[in-house]
Amino acid sequence: MTAATPNGASGASLSANDKITRFSAPSRPLSPLPAHALFNNKTRCFVYGLQNRAVQGMLDFDFICKRSTPSVAGIIYTFGGQFVSKMYWGTSETLLPVYQETSKAIAKHPDVDVVVNFASSRSVYSSTMELMQYPQIRTIAIIAEGVPERRAREIAHVARKKGVTIIGPATVGGIKPGSFKIGNTGGMMDNIVASKLYRKGSVAYVSKSGGMSNELNNVISNNTDGVYEGVAIGGDRYPGTTFIDHLLRFQQDPECKILVLLGEVGGVEEYKVIDAVKQGVITKPIVAWAIGTCASMFKTEVQFGHAGSFANSQLETAAMKNKTMKEAGIFVPETFEDMPALLKSVYDKLVQEKTIVPAAEPVVPKIPMDYSWAQELGLIRKPAAFISTISDDRGQELLYAGMPISDVFRENIGIGGVMSLLWFRRRLPDYATKFLEMVLMLTADHGPAVSGAMNTIITTRAGKDLISSLVAGLLTIGSRFGGALDGAAEEFSKAADNGLSPRDFVDTMRKQNKLIPGIGHRIKSRNNPDLRVELVKEYVLANFPSHKLLDYALAVESVTTSKKDNLILNVDGCVAVCFVDLMRSCGAFSLEEAEDYMKMGVLNGLFVLGRSIGLIAHYLDQKRLRTSLYRHPWDDITYLLPTLATTGPAATRRLSKAQQISVDVGAATPRGRDKRYDDPLLVVSHGLEAWQIDYEVLTDAVTTELAAIERYLATAVGI
Amino acid sequence: MSAKAISEADGKAIVNYHLTRAPVIKPSPLPKPTKHNPAPRLASLYFPEDADVNDVLNQAEVTYPWLLQSDANWPEAKAWVAERAGKSQKVEHTEGVLRQFLVEPFVPHPSGTEYYININSVRDGDWILFTDEGGVDVGDVDAKAKKLLVPVDLSEYPSNEEIASALLEKVPKGVHNVLIDFITRLYAVYVDCQFTYLEINPLVVIPNEEGTSADVHFLDLAAKLDQTADFECGAKWAIARSPANLGIAAVSSAGDKVSVDAGPPIEFPAPFGRELSKEEAYIAEMDAKTGASLKLTVLNGSGRIWTLVAGGGASVVYADAIASAGFADELANYGEYSGAPTESQTYYYARTVLDLMLRAPMAPEGKVLFIGGGIANFTNVASTFKGVIRALREYAKQLNEHNVQIWVRRAGPNWQEGLKNMKAATQELGLNAHVFGPDMHVSGIVPLALIPGRWEQNTVQEFQG
Repeated sequence: MTAATPNGASGASLSANDKITRFSAPSRPLSPLPAHALFNNKTRCFVYGLQNRAVQGMLDFDFICKRSTPSVAGIIYTFGGQFVSKMYWGTSETLLPVYQETSKAIAKHPDVDVVVNFASSRSVYSSTMELMQYPQIRTIAIIAEGVPERRAREIAHVARKKGVTIIGPATVGGIKPGSFKIGNTGGMMDNIVASKLYRKGSVAYVSKSGGMSNELNNVISNNTDGVYEGVAIGGDRYPGTTFIDHLLRFQQDPECKILVLLGEVGGVEEYKVIDAVKQGVITKPIVAWAIGTCASMFKTEVQFGHAGSFANSQLETAAMKNKTMKEAGIFVPETFEDMPALLKSVYDKLVQEKTIVPAAEPVVPKIPMDYSWAQELGLIRKPAAFISTISDDRGQELLYAGMPISDVFRENIGIGGVMSLLWFRRRLPDYATKFLEMVLMLTADHGPAVSGAMNTIITTRAGKDLISSLVAGLLTIGSRFGGALDGAAEEFSKAADNGLSPRDFVDTMRKQNKLIPGIGHRIKSRNNPDLRVELVKEYVLANFPSHKLLDYALAVESVTTSKKDNLILNVDGCVAVCFVDLMRSCGAFSLEEAEDYMKMGVLNGLFVLGRSIGLIAHYLDQKRLRTSLYRHPWDDITYLLPTLATTGPAATRRLSKAQQISVDVGAATPRGRDKRYDDPLLVVSHGLEAWQIDYEVLTDAVTTELAAIERYLATAVGI
Repeated sequence: MSAKAISEADGKAIVNYHLTRAPVIKPSPLPKPTKHNPAPRLASLYFPEDADVNDVLNQAEVTYPWLLQSDANWPEAKAWVAERAGKSQKVEHTEGVLRQFLVEPFVPHPSGTEYYININSVRDGDWILFTDEGGVDVGDVDAKAKKLLVPVDLSEYPSNEEIASALLEKVPKGVHNVLIDFITRLYAVYVDCQFTYLEINPLVVIPNEEGTSADVHFLDLAAKLDQTADFECGAKWAIARSPANLGIAAVSSAGDKVSVDAGPPIEFPAPFGRELSKEEAYIAEMDAKTGASLKLTVLNGSGRIWTLVAGGGASVVYADAIASAGFADELANYGEYSGAPTESQTYYYARTVLDLMLRAPMAPEGKVLFIGGGIANFTNVASTFKGVIRALREYAKQLNEHNVQIWVRRAGPNWQEGLKNMKAATQELGLNAHVFGPDMHVSGIVPLALIPGRWEQNTVQEFQG
């Protein structure tokens, strides 16, 4: 038949592909099974529904039963999208085809005659009806619980007409040791090995309950030579096949010697077995018990776990069933606990009579344990590729730094609280989280003209989506745009920590021709204070236990404003120093931690987060306005191109010459006309980069000066 | 799950609404009705535990204005109901509190117009039982009713002649057509709304002069629906019971709530005398919300034997074993958890059971708790036991105060870890516990715990860890 054909070249270079075992489709259907058998060790099936765990269990079972081909030929999954499913075959892997249509699966696999149907209770009726249209399908196991009774009866009716065997609904399935396992029957591999289900015995059972069928596997393997076949017909009121259907098959199967029946209160199916015994149709010994004997002892009616387990008449009670079965000559124990001993005595007798000759035990093949299961059992460990210390979504509740999400809401910790949990992995005091929220609110937007917003607006107008437009704006954030926060925090804390007096600090910066980040505003001045700054200042002074750096910055401000009125501590500077104060003084961080966070750029993070609100707002605004593609007008661009008359090297020479020109604005313009140039507000160096001067500081005066620079450049470069 | 009884009012509402709407399987001898049934007059009165009886009755007059019409004998009925509402009543062996009343207009009818009809489902089809001697004293229906089995395959539905000859032998020919028409329509409703049981007695059929139609009244009705068919029939069950189709004004407070369907979702009342306790209702609610199965029935709250068993089959086996050991009266609960519940579901389930057990007064001979279960197919024993252990920890002190013996037997995926944790936890908490794995028979611990002398004879080793 279809032997495994290991694929790929042997040798040193082992690729992932070499580990895959491929099974080709058979050329012809298998020879038919005898009428009494549903499965043998060549049986092939489809699994309906994406049940990788169950399929893997079946393949593992096949492997330890030493089947040459997997019992699962393919998976039918109508929600599809996937074409193959990768499974383990022993230690190697194999690919199972996944079909979106039943008809295609059937056409591809003429050897399949069993379907394990995992469809839900809602869809199992239609899928089973469809499957029964294909004569090659002889057996269908229906796993779903909660199939409407009318639908279950219709399925059973059609199946009977077409001669299809239905196992279920509401079952785990069944197992034929050494041959075939339906879905999850028999539990995990260790249980299959413990109950010796990898090789056949002589005892066949049929039960209602799937859980109890596993118990029977255990009882039978402990007291006899093992299970020959076992079927759980399911706990519903109208199972597709009942006890008698399977017991008759077992009766006809010469390899099966003892029958076990585990019945239940409710229904009358046990009586059909009794009739068959009385009429001599079933001659093999039956060991039987009906569970639910307690029902008649209770004062009130109890609906047990199974839908069908409810006695509608005296006949349906377990006690009456047990009594009648015993009278018919079936082996019925006194209590269920006595069943193992009774089974053993029946078995021993058959061994004595040589009806059963126990076979030699085969060696138990090893099955590699699944990684995930071994991990769950705590048997193995491996270094993790990723570590997360802030949130955990694996448990019952999402955790933020250990705090369950329900507590996050119950304690109403706000966005600031969530930020403190996720950014700093700790709860910060309320005044601190409130401050974080203040910063977000203050930085949320700064009008459409700033470069970040401009980029977002232009990108939006180019028809891009929200994320692209937002990111276009965010990518602008750096040392110049939005970066004043980081810079201010750095410069101020460096100066304060080095013990520089505020005046020394200002002077040092002046000497180095450097701007003091966080100082200066285009419009606001000491007499016309920025309200945003006032808000932050007021809050921090009132609430922070310590605000040393803010005090320092305010002292710096008094120095700079004495030079010029608008060289105030601006909102960036104020937020930055207050944030440093917070990190250093709230008690939640050590000094090193505080430094670390600052170095990581947490302040930039604050700005990015806050400004995203505004950038999204600009995106929405432009969309709402249905603005069209933006094109910048020509007359707003100065075109400075090299003259093409002189070719190649000459032009290059000119440009490189231009680059080398150093322009001192102070030198290019009449000194003293504007006091501004006494301060290192505007330092232009390296020629053409002058065009990149921060737009925000370009007052009218500067624009005029720039015109002068242009003229100067034009002369100097010779354009 | 499965077939569940519904209230009479709901049954009548569904039949009344769908009788003219459900598609008939084969045409009846009468022409298709030209108009639908008017809204039924069903004053369904419910008296919650904490409600004032008069408030409910007064509200009923607002909801059902027809009660106050001059020909209605409402004052008398009102007094009758007021006398009984919320009172305990014994019916055969069961005692329960009367909370649900149904008030309907009286239907005067001549003698000889009372019939009995019953439809019930079996594996091969649906039995229709019919007799012309309906009424309170219907007697042994099984013996005297005419029977007809309608096969599952509806293409084999009997012809009108077959229905007449099978069921209407003793009925005057004149009303055959109207009865066949009614039976055809009633059966159509039975199929369309997925009833599993429907009994009307008496069924009053008053034909008109020409015998072309009849006034049909179902005076008393009992029914079960297939709860699992909710996804197919939920809308049909709901619309028949919507305020508009019941001829009542929508209650304003309920108007704010958005229902899934055009009417309120169907309710399956607990059997008479078996009102769900708070705990049972809590577990039932948890059960409904998850894919796992969680069941709890308190049989005897002051019983001293409690079970915490996994698996629909195993739980019954435990109850059997306890009953056959002679402790049926002492068994406090039936319940099960299965279908891979999560750790926290098992915790809440176990907690509920422990809480009930420890709320009951102490018993001089102590109490017994079985933490049992079969060999699970795919439920991770260690993880479900984690939930149980958490609950045991919480109640450890009281468990010892109540002198509770704990007997554990479980197997399945990861059982070694589960039992190891259980053993360690019970030892740490100083609980009196015995722990067994798959070597022990599924319910083998029950006789060991309950029948004197058995423990001494036991040969199965306890789990060692």
